[in-house]
Amino acid sequence: MTELMDQLKEQIILQLNLEGMKKEDIDNDSSLFGGGLGLDSIDALELIVLLEKNYGIKIANPADGKKIFQSIRSMAEFIEANKK
Amino acid sequence: MNQKIYITGIGIISAIGDNVEETLDSVRKQKSGIGKLDNIVTRYKNEIPVGEVKHTNQELIQLLGFSAETKITRTSLLGIVAAKEAMQSAGIKNPKEFRTGLISANSVGGMAITENYYKDYLNPEKKGDFIEYIKKHDCGDSTEAIANYLGIKDHISTISTACSSSANSIMLGARLIKNNIVDRVIVGGTDSLSKFTINGFMTLMILDKEQCKPFDAGRKGLNLGEGAGFIVLESENAAAGKEIFCELTGYGNANDAYHQTASSPTGEGAYLAMEKAFKQSGLEPGDIDYINAHGTGTEINDLSEGNAIQRLFKNKVPEISSTKGFTGHTLGACGGIEAVLSVLAIKYNMVYPSLNCVHPMSELNFIPTKELKTDKRINHVLSNSFGFGGNSSALIFSRHK
Amino acid sequence: MTDKNYITAVCSVKNGTVKINNTFDFTNSLVTSGVDFLKSVYTHYQFNYPKFFKMDGLCKLAFTASELVLKQNNITNTYKPEDIAIIIANRTSSLETDSEHQHAISNKENYFPSPSVFVYTLPNIMIGEIAIRNKITGENSVFIFDKFDAEFMSEYVNSLLNSNKAQCCITGWVDFYDNKYEAFLITVEKKKSALGIENQTEELNKLFITNA
Repeated sequence: MTELMDQLKEQIILQLNLEGMKKEDIDNDSSLFGGGLGLDSIDALELIVLLEKNYGIKIANPADGKKIFQSIRSMAEFIEANKK
Repeated sequence: MNQKIYITGIGIISAIGDNVEETLDSVRKQKSGIGKLDNIVTRYKNEIPVGEVKHTNQELIQLLGFSAETKITRTSLLGIVAAKEAMQSAGIKNPKEFRTGLISANSVGGMAITENYYKDYLNPEKKGDFIEYIKKHDCGDSTEAIANYLGIKDHISTISTACSSSANSIMLGARLIKNNIVDRVIVGGTDSLSKFTINGFMTLMILDKEQCKPFDAGRKGLNLGEGAGFIVLESENAAAGKEIFCELTGYGNANDAYHQTASSPTGEGAYLAMEKAFKQSGLEPGDIDYINAHGTGTEINDLSEGNAIQRLFKNKVPEISSTKGFTGHTLGACGGIEAVLSVLAIKYNMVYPSLNCVHPMSELNFIPTKELKTDKRINHVLSNSFGFGGNSSALIFSRHK
Repeated sequence: MTDKNYITAVCSVKNGTVKINNTFDFTNSLVTSGVDFLKSVYTHYQFNYPKFFKMDGLCKLAFTASELVLKQNNITNTYKPEDIAIIIANRTSSLETDSEHQHAISNKENYFPSPSVFVYTLPNIMIGEIAIRNKITGENSVFIFDKFDAEFMSEYVNSLLNSNKAQCCITGWVDFYDNKYEAFLITVEKKKSALGIENQTEELNKLFITNA
């Protein structure tokens, strides 16, 4: 789980162009949106692409993202549960 | 500066007809043009409905009487069909008689054709006709093609501000007349469907897989469309002795300054644009008989626009509908297409239904018009167009007295 | 209609250099890519706006020039948000990012087009970025021209100011394609500044050529 969360952080920093940010700067349980990362609705769509590209998980309804993308931990849990 | 702006001609092509006559027939029958995609090969062909003009490029070339070998983009073809009709309806035979301009808007340029040659273009070994199309890729190309066809030389410009592009070209045209730079100007826009746009909107996850439902509580997104709409604006002097459809009495533009694509919850840009249009026209919200809303059918637009309308009209929102259930969202062309529909609303005292709005949004205090209405005199129409990048425009059309 | 308006500041960004009011202000010849150069400008002037890194090249370019030109006369603190207009022209629209999106959707085996790339496939997003950054809500538009049209731009902006549709306008040319980048942004106001240039065709043309 820790490994997956670290990997996710690196992928997110790269995919969302979070320039100058290191994986140590992102907390496992802090909220991804509305927090210090400054993410918005387009970033949420980008995370949907990330899940499909890196983990083969498709999300059809963008509204589902709200729950899944709450934190790094919730994302990792979702991936563990749905990975093919 | 008190120069009036007369509208003396209209032309339109969209999923609901190749001209004004066919368009009128479709709206009177409340017949939507949204359906299966035919002319573009894409992985989403059977997944999303669109408002497509049901002619291939070859058919449009034939319709215009060009030779079959003509290298021309779909955006230009659609634009020529509508601009030609607008010019004919204004009875303009000689564009040199007055200083005449053309302002056209579009968002994707020649993409619908060039995208088919994308890989050829990157391959330096590959030679062929496609190079001719690449040259016609720029957004300004269709404007020049239309101007050449119509013989317009005095002023030509192209505007590209996403989905408010055409409304802005109408606004610029009015200013050119008011500043005595031209006497008459053909204004509007043209855009064609492309894989580029369809695939892009899919990534934004705002395409409804069924017919769009503007202002409905269960709306799930927009349907893309294509087409062109142009109107002819003339000074009082140039329009003397002509039939005048109506006047353009107000226009305003503002920026929402909120997000790259999402409009602000309060619809700040929309509110400011409408407020400016009212200020210029000297009219009050209470004077408006019909609002042709931007109403795309996305969750965010309809709420944001609805809030801005409510803030301005308070509890007296007049008849209101989105015509995107007929045509789909024609992006760079929608301001032109909806300007033509607004002009027709005044000419025939018509209010179009907001198709597919079954359960009105509970957040809003107004209910969109559900059936075609022809029993009310329509003197003033407000038409909204909002684009990505926060660009927000409002136009007011008024009966000529 | 004969009211005079003045160009009160000018900033150009191209070929690895930044000029402010016609004077070289920053040069970096160590990088060859436009985006890398713009990142070095960002660091040099300490813009402190992380969203910058999410923008495409065209928006990074427009943003950079707008930050520098707006600072000169403290524009955003002088005028109301609705009184500032932004009118920009260019030639290649958003072609740079259009190609990137087209490339992604042409890849049939590895089909993952990016929403954050598609968002930038419209030229007026650069105006949106400037508006969001500075909370500017005035009139705004993008024109597509073959080359910079000083006559049209000066007349259009003067007409906006003279009819009180705006009190100040950020205007100019911002083009980014195939690693060729060129930004030329000016502020036009009703009052004269130390720069002392009137906003009319010849003066504007001269200024554009000086900065080219």
